[in-house]
Amino acid sequence: MSEILTMPPNLPDAQNAEVGASKFCPGCGHGITLKALAKAVDELGIKQKTVFGCDIGCSLLAWNYMDLDTVQTHHGRTTPVIYGFTRANPEAIGIAYMGDGGGLAIGAQHLVNATVRGERMLIIVVNNTNYGMTGGQMSPTTMPGQKTETTPYGRDCSVTGKPAKAAEMVAAIADPQKSFVARSSVSNMMKLKQTFVKALKNVENGGFSFVEVLSICPLNWRTNNVDTFGRLAQMEEFFEVKEFLVPEGV
Amino acid sequence: MSRTKIVLAGEGGQGVQSVAKILVEAGYEAGKQVLYIPNFGVEQRGGVSIAFCQIADETIGEPRFAKGDIIIMLSDRAIDRCSTYVDENSVVVYDTSVCTKKPEIKCKEIIGVDANKIANEQLSARVFNIIILGVLLEATHVLELGDIKNAMEQALGKKFAAKPELRELNYKALEMGMGLVKDRAAV
Amino acid sequence: MVNKLIKEDTKMFLTGNEVLAYAANSAEAEFMYGYPITPQNEIMHTWCKLLPKTGAGFLQTEDEISAGFSTIGGILAGKRAFTATAGPGNVIMQDAQSMAEMMRIPFVCAVMQRGGPSTATVIYAQQETRLTCFGGNGEGFRIVYSTAGHQDLYDYMIKAFNTAWKYRFPTYVLADGYQGKMREPVVLYDPASRGISMVPTTKALLAEGQIGVDRKSAHLRNTYNMEEELMGVLEGYKADYEKMSEEVQEWEEYKAEDAEILVIAHGIVARSARTAIDELREKGIKAGLFRPITIRPLAVKPLRAAVSRAKQILFTESANGQLAQMVLEKLYGLNTPYSTLFKMGVGVTGDDIVNKVESMAAAAV
Repeated sequence: MSEILTMPPNLPDAQNAEVGASKFCPGCGHGITLKALAKAVDELGIKQKTVFGCDIGCSLLAWNYMDLDTVQTHHGRTTPVIYGFTRANPEAIGIAYMGDGGGLAIGAQHLVNATVRGERMLIIVVNNTNYGMTGGQMSPTTMPGQKTETTPYGRDCSVTGKPAKAAEMVAAIADPQKSFVARSSVSNMMKLKQTFVKALKNVENGGFSFVEVLSICPLNWRTNNVDTFGRLAQMEEFFEVKEFLVPEGV
Repeated sequence: MSRTKIVLAGEGGQGVQSVAKILVEAGYEAGKQVLYIPNFGVEQRGGVSIAFCQIADETIGEPRFAKGDIIIMLSDRAIDRCSTYVDENSVVVYDTSVCTKKPEIKCKEIIGVDANKIANEQLSARVFNIIILGVLLEATHVLELGDIKNAMEQALGKKFAAKPELRELNYKALEMGMGLVKDRAAV
Repeated sequence: MVNKLIKEDTKMFLTGNEVLAYAANSAEAEFMYGYPITPQNEIMHTWCKLLPKTGAGFLQTEDEISAGFSTIGGILAGKRAFTATAGPGNVIMQDAQSMAEMMRIPFVCAVMQRGGPSTATVIYAQQETRLTCFGGNGEGFRIVYSTAGHQDLYDYMIKAFNTAWKYRFPTYVLADGYQGKMREPVVLYDPASRGISMVPTTKALLAEGQIGVDRKSAHLRNTYNMEEELMGVLEGYKADYEKMSEEVQEWEEYKAEDAEILVIAHGIVARSARTAIDELREKGIKAGLFRPITIRPLAVKPLRAAVSRAKQILFTESANGQLAQMVLEKLYGLNTPYSTLFKMGVGVTGDDIVNKVESMAAAAV
């Protein structure tokens, strides 16, 4: 028994072993997503040339989560910091990591323009259908009828409009020859990792990549394990999990 | 210490800024201290175009001045807009063939010239502003004619090379402009 | 990395915006990030026109927010990068500027002030003085050079890069629409010919060495969990800032030694003050000028000394006393009476100052 307890954790090389216990809430999808990303970085052997940027909101807790050169920025501003970096250092693989609020609300203009310009970077939007860090408000991706702190009686789409579909929007405006656009889910970590591998490979090839990750937030959802994944399954029906754009060579 | 403060104002398209550029380039090449501010408000297209120029022997302090030594007004709106730069020491020049009114301002002297008419009837509408440059030169003596010709060569050299008659046309416009002020003095 | 275009002293007749682009090149700046806003556009235009010769980089971003943040990205990559903005652009760029302040990023920005608040005019003002010094949700750990013409623009743009990279505080060249758009002669030079060497840049991310072999991975952040943790960091910054202040502070005095009426003005208004002072002296009025060049940090000791010698002071600005507010705080305990000549968003002429000082002198008799 004591042998097992002293076993080192099975961490990807690109994950920071010094962090210790995860700072994310129990059951949070960020840990799964970041581990899948770290494994993808390991698989491609790009750790030494990857620069990782994280946003404000729950994603900021990733500021020392990876064993990658990292900068934590402002709300919505990770995309411009990272493309500013990769424009200045075209050898680097830039990753901008953010939530649905950072990607689709406060930082939406950066997502749109980085996509249109085909910035050489990977943008990851972790979609958990609410603003987690600030206490669970409605976000652009909150599901119809979903209760949040600012939609306590459920999201009324006649008032708020329908949930934003990030991957579809990005796919519609991205250059199909150079862009990898996909929606994946934390329900299948291996597939998520494979999606990241493709996305990063495309960046290595000089392209633009976007991955929306359907994720879970049991704390603000106020769901138990079963209900959490039940809701994720509902999300997967509403937000289609698939690869929207896959350029040649990926 | 000598400093000449010049305001050139007219409608967009009258070539006010082009004249100002030739003037200050000439001053710069002649080794003078020069400072030029084009107005660039949101009115710049379709509004009154104003150039503030200073030519001096010593370092110029203030970039914008309250009152000019010579204020050239090439439209009714320019008269309205630029009367504020006139005081009892200013010379005011206006174009009688464009403006429908005479500037009613207390100043040292008001000179009316019909540069627009002359340009249209005797030369070419395109050299209207060069006539004005001649007027300005004769009214201020701030620079030598040669300085201006050199600056014109810099600004318009390529056009002159392609069409040498343009050089003659511009020189003639310059001289006619100077003549407008000289003739007035003789009256 | 980049080709410097100015190899020997070159007298040119340029707009201020053009001067700034040349200065950035002479300072070996490698990248500009920018977004169009009047009256700074020609900095970008000139920078872009020179790119084939300089081999530098440029990115036109989607707004000033991204111009600010992508500049930070470029700097983290180890490039001597900069941006430029004005008015409403300066307002929304404060987001990035406060991050630079918090993370000690050598951010360089030229601010060409225009009228405010809001859209106001695209022409001229000194109304971004307070914003540039103290914008953002911070303490104003910034260095701000207020220039008064084209030679200043050239000199201080070069200096701004070195100040920023040496002390790691955001550094600004604060000018205005007049300076940006006006043309006057200027002497461009190779900084080396003036004994100026550029402070080397360093990479904050993807620096030399292998992660896990030669070094640990870098984790840069601007967020803190604990109040005390934050204060500890900021106390360190404050100490650095105060230590640096004496080294970077600059000011200019003009006939201030025996001045009975001391004009305090910055930027282009200080030039009008010089014109006025010459005229006032001819009329027998002992006027002088104190012009802070670094308006943040202020050169407090010389400022207090000059004010102590004078019988009256006059604050004049193309704003409603934004510099005066900063200066008055530093004059605490002095009793010299002061007057004001504030023209919000409008140029102050020599005549304005002459008239005002004459009335002050008459009242004192």
